[in-house]
Amino acid sequence: MTLFIEQCLNGLQFGLLLFMLAAGLTLVFGIMDLVNLAHGSLYMMGAYFAATFTALTGSFIAGAVVGLAATLVVGMAVEVIAMRRLYGRDHLDHVLGTFGLILFFNELVRIIWGPAGLSLPLPGWLQQPLSIFGFQYSAYRFSIIVVSLAVAAGLYLLVMRTRTGMLIRAGASNREMVGALGVNIKLLYTLVFGLGAALAGLAGLMNAPILTVQIGMGENILILAFVITVIGGIGSIRGALVAALFVGFIDTLGRSYFPDILREMLSPTAASTLAPALSSMLIYLLMAIVLIVKPEGLFSAGQR
Amino acid sequence: MSAPLLQVENLAKRFGGIVATDNVSLAIPQGELHALIGPNGAGKTTLIAQLSGSIFADAGRITFDGQEITRLSMPKRSHFGLARSFQITSLFLDMSVIDNVALAVQAHAGHSFSFWSDARSEVALRQPAREALARVGLAASADKITAELSHGEHRLLELAMALAVKPRMLLLDEPMAGLGPEESARMVEMLRDIKRGYTILLVEHDMEAVFALADRITVLVYGRVIATGMPNDIRANAQVREAYLGDAEVAHG
Amino acid sequence: MPFRLPPLTLRNVVVALVLIALALLPVYSQLAGDRFALTLFTRIVILALSALSLNLILGFGGMMSFGHAVYLGIGGYAVGMLAKEGIYSGFIQWPVAILASALFALVTGALSLRTRGVYFIMITLAFAQMAYYIVSGIARYGGDDGLTIYKRSQFFEALNLSSKTQFYYVCLVILYLAIYFLYRLVNSRFGMVLQGTRSNDARMRAIGFSTYRYKLTAFVIAGVLCGISGILLANQGDFVSPSMMYWTRSGDLIIMVVLGGMGTVAGPVMGAIAFLVLEEILPILIKLGGVPFVGASAAARASEYWMIVMGPLLLLVVLFARGGIDGLLNLIGDKFKQRGRS
Repeated sequence: MTLFIEQCLNGLQFGLLLFMLAAGLTLVFGIMDLVNLAHGSLYMMGAYFAATFTALTGSFIAGAVVGLAATLVVGMAVEVIAMRRLYGRDHLDHVLGTFGLILFFNELVRIIWGPAGLSLPLPGWLQQPLSIFGFQYSAYRFSIIVVSLAVAAGLYLLVMRTRTGMLIRAGASNREMVGALGVNIKLLYTLVFGLGAALAGLAGLMNAPILTVQIGMGENILILAFVITVIGGIGSIRGALVAALFVGFIDTLGRSYFPDILREMLSPTAASTLAPALSSMLIYLLMAIVLIVKPEGLFSAGQR
Repeated sequence: MSAPLLQVENLAKRFGGIVATDNVSLAIPQGELHALIGPNGAGKTTLIAQLSGSIFADAGRITFDGQEITRLSMPKRSHFGLARSFQITSLFLDMSVIDNVALAVQAHAGHSFSFWSDARSEVALRQPAREALARVGLAASADKITAELSHGEHRLLELAMALAVKPRMLLLDEPMAGLGPEESARMVEMLRDIKRGYTILLVEHDMEAVFALADRITVLVYGRVIATGMPNDIRANAQVREAYLGDAEVAHG
Repeated sequence: MPFRLPPLTLRNVVVALVLIALALLPVYSQLAGDRFALTLFTRIVILALSALSLNLILGFGGMMSFGHAVYLGIGGYAVGMLAKEGIYSGFIQWPVAILASALFALVTGALSLRTRGVYFIMITLAFAQMAYYIVSGIARYGGDDGLTIYKRSQFFEALNLSSKTQFYYVCLVILYLAIYFLYRLVNSRFGMVLQGTRSNDARMRAIGFSTYRYKLTAFVIAGVLCGISGILLANQGDFVSPSMMYWTRSGDLIIMVVLGGMGTVAGPVMGAIAFLVLEEILPILIKLGGVPFVGASAAARASEYWMIVMGPLLLLVVLFARGGIDGLLNLIGDKFKQRGRS
């Protein structure tokens, strides 16, 4: 039972982390109609920056804050230098152009930080287990949940309650209209892209202490973020949140319980051969089912 | 009079709270050119879309030559002999003019799961395509890339594609949209020639053209049929004058 | 039906010359003692076949598949897994690989083609990744580490795929056949329908085509052709691993197609040559170009990081040279023609 609760919390934590990544992706899709494969590179940059600045300052918090700011700057620079030129072109151009950016970032990281990878050690106070209702849980994972929830709430307020958010929503449904309102659309795009980059960076730096910081770390998780945006409906932040939580739970719980379930049904050897392969298939199965029922995702744009 | 070729009974379509088609009934006999007019937003294009099958009606029946087609898909209806031209030009812009028409022919000339022989040297496809192009006066442009043609030529190509498949009925959605006076006059002549051989439902804003061409006219306002009759009756109908012709200046512009 | 030769344009002449040069490559390799050229070009010929197959759906069908490398993996693993179970006969391995590719394409294509635009890109990507993770998880066939193949596919006594030259020619003949097949296909009725759906899918349905079936058929044909190239790749490397179908490999294939030019059947062959040769010579160029500026040792070190040039280069091609090599050749050809006239 305790294990089950722990796995549920892990699923929640992973889902929220994926939401950080998917939210930026879906915003950029929805508003700029841009397929950004290099989103995973920004996630990676966030992790590298945080690891570096933590080592320099000696403080995890300071490292994280400076790292986040640096990712924001890199994101906006990428938008101004490269992305801006891709708006309005077809998706093939986006895929190729941003694929080129991935190669660039991977190589840049290799030049600056070397091929070996870094680790981001946690400060002592985050390493201790936390006791919630008499139940032990990692303080760090718990703080990821808290921070992510706060960011999700902040994002909700930003999009639903502010003027910028109004423009973002309007921009997603009707680009010309926002331009006609006399808004500086270039600046809006740069800011939105920067916001997406910062969210990706935050996800990267929060995940860094759990995994190793290495080249290509953004690529696997990027695919998950894609799956989430597809399930949730492209352009829908609410859809991204729901889908991210789904994927987080299914992936985490699937990996820990699916082998047991299989063992009930099949011979132990067959189960142990098939389990790892099949449990990693679960989320793709989920995606396939969602697309069979709703080809535009759960929350198609317009009803976010 | 025999049974009508196209019969529409109590057709209805809503988009959210908006009633786009409100209990519309129509009967178009073989050989008639029937015009559908109405102010902007009267639901003419929505009706055409339901007839061609690109959207489905919420209620009502559509019968074509005695067969119910209400729930049939667009490709199926096309095979029954309903051909539609589009209000907003919808062509294969990156292909040649003749390829556009030949594709329309191909859709009705056997299956296309043929992977080996050269489609561009198939006489059965090219010959009708050339004839259709000649009929609308585009023969000289056959080998041009479609994107290079003028807007007026695009409208003619639309017509050629509809004609090429030898349909039993044409659904023409504003063939004169965006044409200059000279091109419009040419199109009217073309349609006058074509109507001898075809049953046509014509949606058009150009009143001069409509009254010159139509055998009968149906007036649609807010999705409802307010009158159907001979051109002279429609011109004289008080309700039409009130509801529609007062708006004609706007419709012209 | 009469068969029409392609017109004699500069581009077609260059393509023909390249195809002839490929046939002569083993002669060069033998004479110059350049074994590496043969290895490199075997790889190029194999990947050209996969780029060719991708171009059928991407260039002619307008289907932006981002998971095409999965068929390299399926074809490759069909060979690898059967070899691991002691079945080396090509008469069994190859049909199984082809069937597996066709089946995967049929199922994932039937699902993916229900979606459009970005959704299609992502769903094809996701299905490919699914296959990647499945294979990575099967310990019996090497999991992450991959699987060594101890004997190449066996056909007759006379055909020895372990001979580098014979294997090269087998690959090349398959490539030639594929080019000819695709050339016939894109000009057939089916090809016309496919190009019509790329151009304007809604209109195709309005004039009476059920486009879904045609697109799905093209998707399966492309999958099978790429599966064959997977068979060849596994035989060439004597090894298969999940990385064969990693999504970046799908990206590489798209680059080859675009670099070569999506307009023609043979464009991707040029793209594959350009991409893979660039991969080889870019480090050398950086090394040579850098020597006068930063000295030999720094330039040598910099050459390891050639990808940092490749990435932005790609972006530049996308931004300024969308027609790829094919478009470039046409442009030059047109220039010549104009000069000839005046």
